[in-house]
Amino acid sequence: MQPLTTEQIRAVIARGKLKDTIFKALGLFCLSIGLLVIVALIVDMFIKGSERFTLDFFMNFASRRATQAGILSAWVGSLLVMLVTALAAVPLGVAAGLYLEEYAKRNWLTHIIEVNISNLAAVPSIVYGLLALGIFVYQFGFGQSILSAGLTLALLILPIIIVATREAIRAIPAMIREGSMAVGATRWQTCRYHIIPYAMPGILTGVIIGLARAIGETAPIITIGALTFIAFLPPVPFTGEPPAGLFEWVMSPFTVMPIQIFNWTSRPDPAFEVNAAAAGFVLMVMVLSMNAVAIYLRYKMRKNIKW
Amino acid sequence: MFKQSKLVSVLAVAGMALFGAQAAQAQVVKVDGSSTVYPITEAVAEEFQKAKKNAIKVTVGISGTGGGFKKFCRGEIDIANASRPILKKEMDACKEAGIEYIELPVAFDALTVVMNPKNTFLKELTVEQLKAIWEPAAQGKITRWNQVNPAWPDAPIKLFGAGADSGTFDYFTEAVVGKAKSSRGDYTASEDDNVLVQGVSRDVNAIGYFGYAYYAENTGKLKAVPIVEKAGKPAVLPSEDSVIKGTYQPLSRPIFIYINPKSLEKAEVREFIDFYMKNASKLTKEVKYVPLPAKAYTVNMEHVEKKKKGTVFGGTAEVGITIEELQKREAKL
Repeated sequence: MQPLTTEQIRAVIARGKLKDTIFKALGLFCLSIGLLVIVALIVDMFIKGSERFTLDFFMNFASRRATQAGILSAWVGSLLVMLVTALAAVPLGVAAGLYLEEYAKRNWLTHIIEVNISNLAAVPSIVYGLLALGIFVYQFGFGQSILSAGLTLALLILPIIIVATREAIRAIPAMIREGSMAVGATRWQTCRYHIIPYAMPGILTGVIIGLARAIGETAPIITIGALTFIAFLPPVPFTGEPPAGLFEWVMSPFTVMPIQIFNWTSRPDPAFEVNAAAAGFVLMVMVLSMNAVAIYLRYKMRKNIKW
Repeated sequence: MFKQSKLVSVLAVAGMALFGAQAAQAQVVKVDGSSTVYPITEAVAEEFQKAKKNAIKVTVGISGTGGGFKKFCRGEIDIANASRPILKKEMDACKEAGIEYIELPVAFDALTVVMNPKNTFLKELTVEQLKAIWEPAAQGKITRWNQVNPAWPDAPIKLFGAGADSGTFDYFTEAVVGKAKSSRGDYTASEDDNVLVQGVSRDVNAIGYFGYAYYAENTGKLKAVPIVEKAGKPAVLPSEDSVIKGTYQPLSRPIFIYINPKSLEKAEVREFIDFYMKNASKLTKEVKYVPLPAKAYTVNMEHVEKKKKGTVFGGTAEVGITIEELQKREAKL
């Protein structure tokens, strides 16, 4: 074979570069489609709902008159349900992830458990709703309360938190564990002082992404029977007369943002579409700001880790 | 942070187990059921809470007439919204659970058959023609307008209707086809009436049916089709007037609330019902339903006063009942 001339080599390089540019453009195009859709959606909801962005909208209860209807009971309900969800799912999920990574023996049983956690993450949310209707609402007698909804969503995001915890723990180098054990620390001490703090940024990210998914869930909440018209707030958490009063709020009836939006879109009066758009925008802001908090915390905590 | 949240959640679970049951006993009136009755009950609840300065709480859910009766017969709610009378199997379920009911008609609704405003050939539809279009035998066969009436154009029929879980579907099929839940399946079905409004407003050859309120709010996008009950009778448009006179047949229907007499012992439920009957006439009109004559609401109050339990319908689905007839029956209870 004859050696290539400089010209030919240049041609090969140019061809390679052209393909590179094409692929880059293609990649950018794909990215921008995704981004444009979400930006268009948010801007559209903002414009449609703009006339409702007043303090009244956030401080009014639902009403049959579109201009007076607000989202007070919905956003308060969403926040309280998220509180219960976090309180239930975080300890359970983190402990389960920690156990699987640090304590469990590698055998067929843990293998089955691992596979099933991935399966659980793929179960449609309506199925969790049906499960919760049978167990929380009727078996345990929690009724259509904030508690039932919070626990249902906790089940839903448990696999997300477990997987995130495991990923975060796995990213910690083995030498950290070995060093800790070498100076005589027990396994729990190693977890307590090294593994958990170092894994925290990853765990928090998983938790918040899980909660951001939970806040937009509608199907399981409808299944357990959240209410549509509710013009009062649950008692303020942890302020009632102890001990019973402290937890009165978890048994309170409630509604959440997605249900309020769903209700408004199905009304005969077209004026409610404005309310739905405005509430949709508020929900998007809630989700995006949760994600922003996750990013910020991860950044902040990573800076403090010194390996 | 992690440690604290764990502690709190342990406490929370323990606290709930111990005290949850007591905490649920606030002054709450619980209503659930039909989405058709929902706008009326919602309006009443809103005004009631304003009038009581939020001292009494009212919750209203939407789980359909059937879903509402299920909860009612389990004793979970005080009042059930219903867009049709209680059925035999629901009466049995209530009886088994030892739950009785007081039946109060609150308004009339006119099921409205709508078409696109650009449609020029549809001047009226007879019940017979509606049946030919909607009956199960029409599935896949009656697909063009000239098959229903040779004078109409050779254009495709596009159908939009209620989903199979709604009371509207039950009533329409009973009234038009003659048997509840018996309908062709090849049409666009939705529980969300706005989907049907959009569908019919975008297709010249489409017709659909839903509650009067959705038509009344969208008169710019839709036109109602006058209905001929029987050959020789005039074609009638749905309106407050034609419903009250009983000429819009067979598609006008009474809607109800059912009250658990045990709940009436609670002062807050009793007050809510009083308020409901006093204001139903005004609020019903506001949300685009047809109110009953004032007399009917006073009869309702008497029934509540004397705790007249039971239904005047005997557990069967009935169509074409007029306000007058309903009042006669209620008086006999």
